[in-house]
Parts: sequence; C-alpha cells; structure tokens
Amino acid sequence: MIDITAAGLDFSLIAPEIALLVAAFIILLTGYVRGLSNLSFTIAFIGLVVGIALSVGQWGQQASGFYGMVTCDNFGVAFKVMFASITLLVLLLGTRYMKSRGILKPEYYALLLISTMGMMVMANTTDLVVMFLGLEIMSIPLYVLAGFARRSLESNESGLKYFIMGSFASAFLLMGIAFIFGASGTTELRRIVADIGFIIDHHRIFLYTGVTLILVGFGFKVAAVPFHSWVPDVYQGAPTPVTAFFSVGPKAAGFAVLLRIFLFGFAGLAFLSSVFWVLAVLTMTIGNVLALRQKNVKRLLAYSSIAHAGYILVALAVGGENAISAAVFYLVAYAVFNLGGFAVVTLLETRSGCKSDFVELPGLSKAHPYLSAVLALFMFALSGFPPTVGFFGKFYLFAAAVKANFIWLTVIGVMNSFLSVYYYLRVIKASYIDPSEKSWAPVTYSPAMLVVLFITVIGTLGLGLFPQQLLQFAREAIFAFL
Amino acid sequence: MIPISAYLIVAAVLFGIGTVGVLISRNMIVVFMCVELMLNAANLALIAFSRALNIMDGHVFVFLALAVAAAEAAVGLAIVLAVYRNRETVNIDRFDMMKW
Repeated sequence: MIDITAAGLDFSLIAPEIALLVAAFIILLTGYVRGLSNLSFTIAFIGLVVGIALSVGQWGQQASGFYGMVTCDNFGVAFKVMFASITLLVLLLGTRYMKSRGILKPEYYALLLISTMGMMVMANTTDLVVMFLGLEIMSIPLYVLAGFARRSLESNESGLKYFIMGSFASAFLLMGIAFIFGASGTTELRRIVADIGFIIDHHRIFLYTGVTLILVGFGFKVAAVPFHSWVPDVYQGAPTPVTAFFSVGPKAAGFAVLLRIFLFGFAGLAFLSSVFWVLAVLTMTIGNVLALRQKNVKRLLAYSSIAHAGYILVALAVGGENAISAAVFYLVAYAVFNLGGFAVVTLLETRSGCKSDFVELPGLSKAHPYLSAVLALFMFALSGFPPTVGFFGKFYLFAAAVKANFIWLTVIGVMNSFLSVYYYLRVIKASYIDPSEKSWAPVTYSPAMLVVLFITVIGTLGLGLFPQQLLQFAREAIFAFL
Repeated sequence: MIPISAYLIVAAVLFGIGTVGVLISRNMIVVFMCVELMLNAANLALIAFSRALNIMDGHVFVFLALAVAAAEAAVGLAIVLAVYRNRETVNIDRFDMMKW
C-alpha cells in the first residue's frame, strides 16, 4: 500500500519550485493572448518574489519528503534564495536589451523561470537521480536561451555549442550515476555515506569509475579546466543578459551540487582532495592566462568566470566547515559583482552596433563618469581589492586553505589573484586613460537598470564593509550539512 | 545466465563509440546521434545493474532518463534547424565565428 500522507508527499517542501513553475506556465498561456502579453514581466516578477518568500520561509527546516527524494535544509534554502534573486536581477537588467534587439518574447521569461526552478530542484535534494533531473530542467531552457536571438549568427553558434557540450556532459553524468548505483544499490547520498566503507571494500572499481564520470560531467557544467573550451564562445555569442545569467546561476547550482556530492556523499574518498587540488590549480591558472589577451569584454568576463570557478574549487580540495562556508560566501559575492559587471556591459550594448570590444570603451569616463566609476568598482571587486566583497571572498577561502595546511594551493591562488589584476585593470585603463577617437554615443538608463546597478553597488560595497553578516549567514547555511 | 560484466562491456563500448564520435565527427547530426548513443549506453548500464542487484530503482530511472533524452532531442533538433536556416550547413568546422 503506497503511503500518500504528509510523511510521504509534503508539497510544502517544494513550494518555491511550484510557485516558479506556475508563473512560467501562466506566462506561456497568456503570452500570446492579445492585451495580456505585456503582463509577462509582471507575472515573472511576482512568481520570483513569491518563490523567494516561500524559500525564506523554509529556513531552519530540516525535513525530508517524497520518500527521500527531496531534502529541505538550510544549505538548499540558501541556494534557492540566491537563484531566485539572481533571476530577479537578470530579469530587471535584461528587459531593455532584449527589447532593443527585438527578441523580447514571453518565452524568454518562461524559460528563465523554468531554468531557475531546475536549479532549485538541484539544490533541494540529496538524491543523485533528482539532481540529474534538476540539472536537465536547468540546462535545456539554457540551450534555448543561448540561441535566443534566432537571426544572429553568433547566438546560433553559441546555442549550438552549448547544446553539444551540455548534452555531452549530461551523458557522462548519467553514466556516472549508473555506476554509483551499481556500486551501492542506491542513488541516495545519505545511504551511500552510511555504507561508504563497505562500498569501497567490495565495489571499488564501480565506485571510482562512477565518481570520475560524475566529476567529468560537473566539470563541464561549472567550466573547470580541461572542460572549459565551450565557455568563451557560448558567453560571447549569447544575448548579454543571458550571459549574465549563465555566469552566475548555473555555476552556483553546479557548485551547490558538487559541494553536496563530494564533500558530503563521497567525503570518505581521500584521493578526491588531490584531484580537486589539480583541477583548482589548472582552472585558476589557465583561466587567468587566457584572459590576459582578450579583446572583448564579454569574452574577458568569460575567462574570468573560469578563473573564479578555480578559486571555488579550492574549497572542494580543502573540505571542512570553514572551506564550505567560504565557498558559499564566495558564490554570493561573485554573483553580486559579476551581475553588476554584466549589467554595465548590457547597458553599453543597448547602443546600436556595440559589441563590447575594448576599442569601444575609451571615452566612457568623460561621457558617463558615474557609469565608468561603477564599472571600475566591479572590476576591482572581481580582482579582489579591499574594501569590496571580492577581497573578503578570496580572504576567507584562502584562510580556510591555510588553516587546513594547503600552503602551496594558497600560494598559487594568491599569485593567480595578482595575475588577474592585470586584465581587470586593462578594462579600467581602456575606459579612463586610452584616448577616444570617435564621438561617444550616449547611453540611456532605464529605471530597472538603475535598480540593478544600485543593488549590486550596495551589495559589493556593503558586504565588503560588513562581511561578518554574510559569513554568519554562510555558516548557518551549512549548519546541518556535515 | 549472462554475467553482468557482458552487459557492462557492451555499455562501455557504446559509450566509447559515442564519445569518440562526438569528438571527431564533423557533422552536427552525427554528433547529436553520438550523444544519444552515450545516453543509451548509460541506460543499458542502469538496467543491467538494476537486474543484477534485484532493485527496481534503476528501471524507473531509465524511464526518467528517456524522457530527458527526448526533451533534449526536441530542443537540439530545433537548434540545429535554426542554425541550418541561417547558415545552410551542418558542418561543425564552419562554426568558427568566435575565436580569440
């Protein structure tokens, strides 16, 4: 007899996901009704706000439902609030851009919401099957969003490359989960943790094969070197608001799942630490070195996002409470200032014919002193200068590494951080010092964009001045995690 | 009774063919088929494990994986079609607009 009671199916555990899905479906239903299509933005906005409110309401809860498929804990809730907030900011910063390119369709909102819902599903579970499903719910709308500018050849190419790489990675992930299932007879991480000793003794080969394949799959998703080659093309070709979303949302979701799988599920496998050590060093170094020569700001930010993934991989190599809370801190901080950076790029690209190459930047400081100051602030935050939150993100991460005796990893990380200053400063130099040759087409601000810039600037500086609050939040988020 | 290792070898071979195909094929449709081959190799491994362990979970998981593969196929073919309309080619080597 199947037990369909509160103990089995507790819909309050997935209330935020339901809210987003309902909003997305309403948008799809009303989007092409005459007179209602203008409501899409409002519906998406309301759906996200309701989603955030419901997620916040789950804070402090420690419950499991749907026969162990869904687990609601602070870690998941923290990420759910983060995903919905990211989407809210992307929604605000993107509308004007999409309209100016003639691609502001109702599906844009629906796809963003469904993708966000997929991320929430990923963060809200300890079961590998549900993680896989969440990952696909997240990825499939993203393939469409990358190619959303149907007439643009770059966008086509971006969507195609993202689709091929994404589905390739999913296949690895599925194979990995199959082998983990073969080794342990379950896909539930808590049961794997309980039996890990037995599994290592009896099914070592299956387990190691599975873990390696899963690592490859998520390596693609979070853009760790050597699985990073798709990132620059996809980021450059996709519509800029979508790129902003790519660079923070799916990355945070990928890391949420990586942290759960490798620092909780397979914490018993000691060799993983050295694997992540190598991955972190490769990702940081190659991301930063390739970023040095870029001529396009979007592509530069793509390589910088690879490098930042490398910094967060340090936390996976280190492990332990300090490192995980530092990783959560870093992901929040990175989301704030990276979205800010992309907001400025989006604003610059709303001018016709602008592709955000470096040669288009000179003259910005004269025409728009405030905007170029804001751009400089985000570049300083990305390179990790105090008193921005970027500094404290790196500080906590490397402090955790030093405390756990990962001295060389820290040294390489700090050297990389210095290396990255060079190319971030190139953006500032281009906008302040380089002489401008042609006249500067002015930028017009939209109210939504001003809100986004205001929030991200306040976040970058405010969290930089009071990092303790955010760190406290990160510690509470992982309270029940280990 | 065929041992589980036989099924796993077939799955591994299919997965290997798929991986190599994705990496070396120049035709988008073939790449796409190779990805499907990899997914089905994973499905085969899941079914084999599920039978060997006598746990039904793997069977259910395969249904979910099939649904995901179908959704991916729908979106993937739509993207290929959109690209073909603009470029009139499905050769991957021609998609090199963005390079540094």
